Amino acid sequence: MSLLDSFVIRALLAGLGVALAAAPLGCFVVWRRMAYFSDATAHAAILGVALALALSVNVFLGVLAVAGIMALAVSTLTSRGHAMDTLLGVAAHSALAAGLVAVSLISGVRIDPMAYLFGDILSVGRGDLALIWGGAAVILALLAWRWQALLTATVNPDLAYASGIDPRREQMVLTLALALVVAVAIKVVGALLIGAMLIIPAAAARAVGDTPERMAALAAGIGALSVFGGLQASLSYDTPTGPSIVSAAAVLFALTAIAARLLRR
Amino acid sequence: MSLVRIDGMSVRLGGNTVLHHVDFSIDPGEIVTVVGPNGSGKSTLLRAIIGAIRPEAGRVTRSPNLRIGYVPQKLHIDPTLPLTVRRFLDLPRRVDAATARQTLEEAGAGALASRQMTDLSGGQFQRVLLARALLNAPELLILDEATQGLDQPGSAAFYQRIADLRDRLGCAVLMVSHELHVVMAASDRVICLNGHVCCEGAPEHVASAPEYRALFGTGTGGALALYRHEHTHSHDHGAPE
Repeated sequence: MSLLDSFVIRALLAGLGVALAAAPLGCFVVWRRMAYFSDATAHAAILGVALALALSVNVFLGVLAVAGIMALAVSTLTSRGHAMDTLLGVAAHSALAAGLVAVSLISGVRIDPMAYLFGDILSVGRGDLALIWGGAAVILALLAWRWQALLTATVNPDLAYASGIDPRREQMVLTLALALVVAVAIKVVGALLIGAMLIIPAAAARAVGDTPERMAALAAGIGALSVFGGLQASLSYDTPTGPSIVSAAAVLFALTAIAARLLRR
Repeated sequence: MSLVRIDGMSVRLGGNTVLHHVDFSIDPGEIVTVVGPNGSGKSTLLRAIIGAIRPEAGRVTRSPNLRIGYVPQKLHIDPTLPLTVRRFLDLPRRVDAATARQTLEEAGAGALASRQMTDLSGGQFQRVLLARALLNAPELLILDEATQGLDQPGSAAFYQRIADLRDRLGCAVLMVSHELHVVMAASDRVICLNGHVCCEGAPEHVASAPEYRALFGTGTGGALALYRHEHTHSHDHGAPE
């Protein structure tokens, strides 16, 4: 009997994979103020689930495709720069609502939308694990490759241009990475809480990190700790696992915020 | 050969033609200053040169692999982004510790390496931006209102430093400024811009050009002479702008 036969171990590994990939990406979401952007992309995932089921294709691919299209559309609109806050809000909530309607319309398939809204980490199989870690590895490799250029473009687009970096291309890298993290994370925390896994660990790490790299590494650690704590709590108290993980992250955020304030005095 | 050459460039931003048939070039080692009233397209010209804006007509030719050091007019660093001065210098290319220390010291920011960018004062921030722009031996240094937030002696010292850097590094300098008197005195060539190139040439020539006087009045001509300690002008204290 191998270790992976235990559903708890599989759940833990799945959560750690998501936490690791979401941490550095979440830092960029925070630095670039893309929180609504990541929500719109994540909420579109439900529509992806519905389409995948209707067309009998792999759910991972369906989510990746629809989240990718949503991310590209929103990214294009953002670069035109008109009242984005409202437009993103419209896109995020419409995608979620349309997805839920579409899921209910698919005949002959009985799925529980809750599993895709809040995740179903305890049912992660070996195939899911391979997808999650494969996707996480691609995201981390992409970010490591573009790290310096991404950071320059994030500090100031004109500084990037002057150094021969095209900030629009770097934005595209983030957009694609975001779609991939949504596809990877939907099974673990669900479409509604992917944004939380991106933002909360990064926000918690901000209180203590003094360089971008340290903040990203700390975010990964805080995310991993949240997965561990949330899974533990979920098993002990029989609470839903995805929301428990996010709650653990929120507790860590509060603790780092308080600790940072005390240290500064 | 010119470092940058612009032929018949027009730029539209948000439906308005900001620049209209602009010709421009800058040669190695030259100090060129762009002056003009607010909204005259000075920053737009600089942003077209670095490639951040695509012109609607005309063309921008940069010499191949041109190394540009750019100091933007404003740089807002999001408070959620932790960035030490030392780390900022590493963007986008990492520099070794000795080079970083030396560059900061030359820019008068030697003690700031471990400070957060968001904690710097206006003057310190400008010095760090300049230090970063000087890394990687730029062939062209571009400064957009680089002395905003500095007091009068501070900005005079800043421009003195720029002139020294040009002499030592041999880089060309292109700058935009409102502080006509200080800037023009340190320039080889001045371009007066107001949507199009009104006039250009040596500082004395531009300061006495009717197009320039129509935009700025004669007060700045006096200030230019004052800075240069020439005593051939009348003390006309009319509003400079």
